[in-house]
Amino acid sequence: MTATSRGWVRRRLLLGAGQIAAVPVLVFVLTEALPGDAAVVAAGDDPDPARIAALRASLRLDRPAVERFADWAGELAHGDLGRSLVGGRPVADHLAEALGPTLLLAALTLTLLVPAAVGLGLLAARREGGPLDRAVSTVTLAVYAVPEFALGVLLTGVFALWLGWLPPTAVGGIGRQPAVLVLPVVVLLARPVCSTARLVRAGLLDAMAAPYAVHALRCGVPPHRVRLGHALPNALAPVVQHLARTTEWLLCGVIVAEALFVVPGLGTVLLDAVAARDVPVVQGLAVLFGTVTVLLNLAADLAARRLAPRTEVAV
Amino acid sequence: MPRPLARRTLLTAAAASGAALALAACSAPGGTAAADREPDAATPRRGGRLRALFAGGGADETLDPHRVNLFADAARAKALHDKLADWGPDLAAVPRLASGWEPGPGLDVWTVRLREAAFHDGRPVTAADVLYSYRRIADPGRAFRARASLEPIDLAASRATDPRTVEFRLNRPCAEFPNVLAAFGAYIVPEGTEDFRAPVGSGPFSFVSFEPGRSLLLRRFDGYWDGAPHIDELEILAAAEESARANALLAGQAEYAHELAPATARAHASGGRIGIVRLRNSAMQGFVMKTDRPPFDDPRVRQAFFHLVDRQELVDGALSGAGEIGNDLFGKGSQYYPAGLPQRTRDLDRARALLREAGAEGLRVTLDTSPVAAGLVEAAGILKDQAARAGVTIDVRVGNKDTYWKDILDGGVLASFRSGAMPIESHISQRLLSGSTTNATHWRRPDFDDLYTQAQSTADPAARTALYERMQRRLFDEGGLLVWGFADWIVGHAPRLHGVAADAPANTLDWARFDKVRLA
Repeated sequence: MTATSRGWVRRRLLLGAGQIAAVPVLVFVLTEALPGDAAVVAAGDDPDPARIAALRASLRLDRPAVERFADWAGELAHGDLGRSLVGGRPVADHLAEALGPTLLLAALTLTLLVPAAVGLGLLAARREGGPLDRAVSTVTLAVYAVPEFALGVLLTGVFALWLGWLPPTAVGGIGRQPAVLVLPVVVLLARPVCSTARLVRAGLLDAMAAPYAVHALRCGVPPHRVRLGHALPNALAPVVQHLARTTEWLLCGVIVAEALFVVPGLGTVLLDAVAARDVPVVQGLAVLFGTVTVLLNLAADLAARRLAPRTEVAV
Repeated sequence: MPRPLARRTLLTAAAASGAALALAACSAPGGTAAADREPDAATPRRGGRLRALFAGGGADETLDPHRVNLFADAARAKALHDKLADWGPDLAAVPRLASGWEPGPGLDVWTVRLREAAFHDGRPVTAADVLYSYRRIADPGRAFRARASLEPIDLAASRATDPRTVEFRLNRPCAEFPNVLAAFGAYIVPEGTEDFRAPVGSGPFSFVSFEPGRSLLLRRFDGYWDGAPHIDELEILAAAEESARANALLAGQAEYAHELAPATARAHASGGRIGIVRLRNSAMQGFVMKTDRPPFDDPRVRQAFFHLVDRQELVDGALSGAGEIGNDLFGKGSQYYPAGLPQRTRDLDRARALLREAGAEGLRVTLDTSPVAAGLVEAAGILKDQAARAGVTIDVRVGNKDTYWKDILDGGVLASFRSGAMPIESHISQRLLSGSTTNATHWRRPDFDDLYTQAQSTADPAARTALYERMQRRLFDEGGLLVWGFADWIVGHAPRLHGVAADAPANTLDWARFDKVRLA
């Protein structure tokens, strides 16, 4: 790594830390702006005013917002994410429990996504406009157009309920039966594979048409070497950025797939926490998601620079 | 009563299409999943693990039985704990941990005898446990839901007269005191319990393990006073989405699924893959009119609304037919319900005439609603159309579902309303007296309060029934609650699960009761 590169990384990290710090402030302000607080939500269909007041006092929501935020920030400075308003459990426990299923799903999805997308893209780009290209393009476009929940319902209906090959949900936890992961991973995989494969294809076609590739071919370098050794790395630079977005999405709560297949991951925790106005949990998630996003983007930029270093000049 | 979570409405479309697919799957030849299943006729036996699915409360769930709020909480609490009494199918109290009760002459002192029962750790259930539990619930600092129900009891003056007898002193006469003993969340825990991470109760199942938001595993308690359960183990699982509960049940991942959609029930009613049980009268559906402000401060406008609704159309449209029509009174099928009153039907001429008399022709009102429970928003849309036929313009305003019940308590003039089952007496005391805490119709009539007080100090059941009838006639004529229907609660179960009670509105004794069921 060169000196300029190190300076760049340092600047990016500082910017990232600033972003991570700004997110909880923003989230706090936004959740304060939501109608009703945790006491009102907890009272539910029994909105006895005296009960709401007692709940508010027991949740310590009767103190000024600034004071509550200062308390939370002070605890965060000591590495403590605070406690859930609703159940009183440490927020860190909530996140740790939900992180497992989320990480597992994300890791499996990414492991399959990269080879599948690159392979499909290479296949389609072999001959632009050829039958293979057209078949791959048609299928990827069609699958990409199907919303996740529709695909999930369809696959569950066919493979779980009709054929009985796979369990339809992960009720009770993933550990009992690893086969419960198949359907959620396929649903999560479907659209990113399509979008990524199309990016790989487009990038490859551009790169193969670039003067350096044409020249290499004219000089007698075998086409597959030009394609894999020269064009592919250039084509992958935008793909890496796209993968970073996908990873972010996978880690920061895939709400629909989690709900459909009863996977108790971060998306479920986020949804429950917002519905319950459980501000400390929402803030804990914001810090986690902010950190993940900043680190992923940094990693993606580094990888893209490594694959196609000329972007350094362009900046 | 618990609020069923109607979250993630985004997925309702998915649920409906899932049901359609499953329907297709049923008619498809060679469905392997169905073919592999054991024959239905297999004889029930002792043992086995029953997996029951409920809409859960997420990672914040606790096993504190006094903190119950959702149906899943109530199912967990009643498996682990007992109340002194519980509600029968007609919402009248039946003795549970109490073997019986005797009022004093003034109906303000009640002697409750406990049956011989033991907690899971072998300790006997005593009067001290009862008083401890009730005092914990009534602690003003904790804001438990059941606290309001225990309000008639003067707990400082109540005492244990012997280890198995409690003398309850009340703040005022209370002829329906056994209702208090059956109140939602009034469970008896061992004296001194504060830690519910591994709860000890006197219920039919004892604790094994708990993962909040996912699963609670319980084991049969052989020493249960009402006879040990037939099944060995009970696992209560959480799945927020209806489609997920239905799919898990269909694929054999669970044997019981609570709260299925009418579309799912219709698709599988005759398929034989799952059994469907409809719990009648589980949720009252209606609209509240604020009786203290225009336009509904004029009883003729309220009566016009009573007459302009087509109740069957609402049941068919908003509940997909899974329910029955109401008659503007709470508690159909309950003790004291005046079933003899004529059923109201739509009478547009009458409605128009009443509006004309009230000088409210061309009336325009805002109707508050929210997707806080299934069918509420749909019912609001249907009422809008029905009212238009009587010349009333309704503007439907869809509010925030997380805070809906508080928003409509004092705000607006007309709002969608629903309620779980409870005794008629509780409904009146919580919602229709001048001092009621959740009086969404703002029905405050001193003479009505007097009738209620009189009923509570009337020992003779016949005379009391007459007083309840008078109160309800008054509400029928000019109350602020328009009750158009009662929704079924739909439970699905595996064919090999036997003994799921049908005559058990949600929250009654036989609802979500797993000590009497058997697995084949």
